[in-house]
Amino acid sequence: MERKKTIVATASLAGCFGCHMSLLDIDERILSLIDLVDFNKSPINDIKNFTEYCDIGIIEGSCCNSENVHALKEFRKNCRILISLGECAIMGGVPAMRNGIPIRECIEEAYMNSPSVKGHNPEMILPNDPELPMLLDRVYPCHEIVKIDYFLPGCPPRADLIYSALEALITGNEMKLPYEIVKYD
Amino acid sequence: MKDLFPDTADELEIGEIAYQDTMIDTVNAIIKKYDHNPTRLMDILIDTQSEFGYIPPPIVAQISRTLNISIVDIEQTLSFYHFFSAKPTGKYTIYLNNSVIANMMGREEVARTLEREAGCKFGDVSADGLIGLFSTSCIGMSDQEPAALINGKVFTRLTPFRVKEIIRDLKAGKRLDEAVVEGLGDGANAQPEIRSMVQNNIRKKGPILADGYKAGEALKKIVKMKPEDVIAEVKLSNIRGRGGAGFPTGMKWEICRNAPGEEKYIFCNADEGEPGTFKDRVILTEYPKMLMEGMAVAGYAVGAKKGILYVRYEYTYLQQHLESIIEGGRKKNYLGKNICGKEGFDFDIRIQFGAGAYVCGEESALIESAEGKRGEPRDRPPFPVESGYLEKPTIVNNVETLCSIVKIINHGAPWYRSMGTKESSGTKLLSISGDCKYPGVYEIEWGFSVNDVLEMVGASDVQAVQVGGPSGTLIGPNEFNRTLSYTDLSTGGSLIIFDKRRDLLKDVVMNFLNFFIDESCGSCSTCRNIPVFLRQKLEKILNARGVQKDIEEMLEWSKILKASRCGLGLTAANPVVTSIKNFRSLYDKKIQHGKDYDSNFDMLIAVKESCDAVGRVPQMS
Repeated sequence: MERKKTIVATASLAGCFGCHMSLLDIDERILSLIDLVDFNKSPINDIKNFTEYCDIGIIEGSCCNSENVHALKEFRKNCRILISLGECAIMGGVPAMRNGIPIRECIEEAYMNSPSVKGHNPEMILPNDPELPMLLDRVYPCHEIVKIDYFLPGCPPRADLIYSALEALITGNEMKLPYEIVKYD
Repeated sequence: MKDLFPDTADELEIGEIAYQDTMIDTVNAIIKKYDHNPTRLMDILIDTQSEFGYIPPPIVAQISRTLNISIVDIEQTLSFYHFFSAKPTGKYTIYLNNSVIANMMGREEVARTLEREAGCKFGDVSADGLIGLFSTSCIGMSDQEPAALINGKVFTRLTPFRVKEIIRDLKAGKRLDEAVVEGLGDGANAQPEIRSMVQNNIRKKGPILADGYKAGEALKKIVKMKPEDVIAEVKLSNIRGRGGAGFPTGMKWEICRNAPGEEKYIFCNADEGEPGTFKDRVILTEYPKMLMEGMAVAGYAVGAKKGILYVRYEYTYLQQHLESIIEGGRKKNYLGKNICGKEGFDFDIRIQFGAGAYVCGEESALIESAEGKRGEPRDRPPFPVESGYLEKPTIVNNVETLCSIVKIINHGAPWYRSMGTKESSGTKLLSISGDCKYPGVYEIEWGFSVNDVLEMVGASDVQAVQVGGPSGTLIGPNEFNRTLSYTDLSTGGSLIIFDKRRDLLKDVVMNFLNFFIDESCGSCSTCRNIPVFLRQKLEKILNARGVQKDIEEMLEWSKILKASRCGLGLTAANPVVTSIKNFRSLYDKKIQHGKDYDSNFDMLIAVKESCDAVGRVPQMS
């Protein structure tokens, strides 16, 4: 009897897609991975909405706006195991560099004061369409919004780390964590 | 945090004085007074600050040009200390203590009255530039709180009524010393050189605080001894450092004596910044001669000719007093050249004031500060005994240690060892504060139990005692039989008593965490970050959003602090760790049970600011 495949979903919130690129970096092992898993909602296959309950959700990026929070909560609802992948998801990463600056100043800098917009926004319009996501007061790491089960560090995490983590989760074997995988300088 | 460095002249606010020729001359005179010596930057900035009430960028630039050091070097010292400011802080700058004890004794009402009467909020200056209101960490008056510094002068036992009087007097143009209407403190506090309302509150005297001390007795004795024999006597006494860390004093002296180099320094650490500690203030007030004699003894023993008495800024009201004692010591030949007629025994003392930084109580940070820099602890080794002030071998001893040394010399090591316990010889000065009838300074032998102390100070209905200040241990009644000693409850002498009215988590642990967060020098990422995370967790728990895992994570994260460079970082989690250990039920009562995760995230709060900024109504769907 054919074994039921593990269903994986992924998302990139406030991130750079570098972690997803690293996921693709597992090279030809992606073929053996495909034997083991099916992808549900993910930028890799462009499925926009969950169509079934998933085993593993992989989150790249942090939460910088209401849409990110919404997406992350959807993942928590639809995934048995949730993984924070990479620096942004775990710590906020580069997007969180704005955290020391009041959000009002960030918005004004982006739309009124920075050299590229100065003089081009004479009416000083700040984007406020109800369709737009609302910016959060600061950038939140994923575990401050929902419960996260596992954290895979790195910027981006190495392909080997991602692969061995998925392999361990799927096969139920203990994960191999040699020193080279978790050292960062 | 206030903006310390306004960029342009058009940001000048009411109360600022234009940078004028007279200012240039004044600053030049100050710099000249310190021989154009960049290592005296602290003194230059302190004098400038007290002259103008602030140190604006043009003055920084002028000091930089004159001393030939970079503007950044000056700005980093300037921005490090609480009592320096690049913006005007008012003609009268009021620093109200925000320690846990001040809060317990009614700070809140006093603060609100101050704001009402002065017409400005804390962190601001009144519109007419007359009064600036600021908070500051413990100012060493825990037995007479709430207390404040106004232009360096101490006002204790403040009440809303009293605050109204003071502000009214200041507005009427009265001088500050006229505002001290409630009379002067006891002992030397009433002398013309101090004239302060501070009370000594010495409740129990032991050999250190005993009456009948005669200045110079110890010096006359040691000049007949070899320096090595002085050290041997100190070692024999078994005395350990009284600042809290408890390093054997004799060993410290010996290492310093043996360290290569001709030029050595004796520092007295009178920076007592541990909230709840004030015994050094009492010694500086009543027994400064003994202290300075102790420094001279140390100088003789290790071969140092220069001593520096590093006193916290909060005690500048003692400056004249201390300086006249030094002058008196020189006249009697207890300081200066060929002391007590001993050829080649030269020793003199200068006072170095701090400018508000708890971390400067750490010996290497204290040395950095005395060199005119930020008070950041150094990496060790090398230890100060090998490479300290100006990279010369340096002894840093606590005020109380040096006083004890004088008594050891006078009465002999065996006498000293006959007191206390086997491992902890001698006596300890305790600073008692909080919920008790008789707060003040008590000198007791090591080996007393907490129960003994509580009985002595008239404390009842005690819920907890903080032993050793925020960096120490919070203990409950089941541990009150523990003894004060280096082998059981080691302490720099501060005991803060909390009775059953107090909310230990909200009032005590939170206050201590805020203290450590404010006072971290920021050098180690552990100490810069972990206490902030701990505070977030504690806030979450106090907001009834906590879960079991939050408590576990607090304990886990606290361990990371052990990677910090100095004692501040190493102990910054102690309020959390010891309160979880000894008062776990207080935490358990506040957390949600049957839930393994709570994010504490509230979308409405998180988007409010950005929606306000762009003018839209948050939509929750």
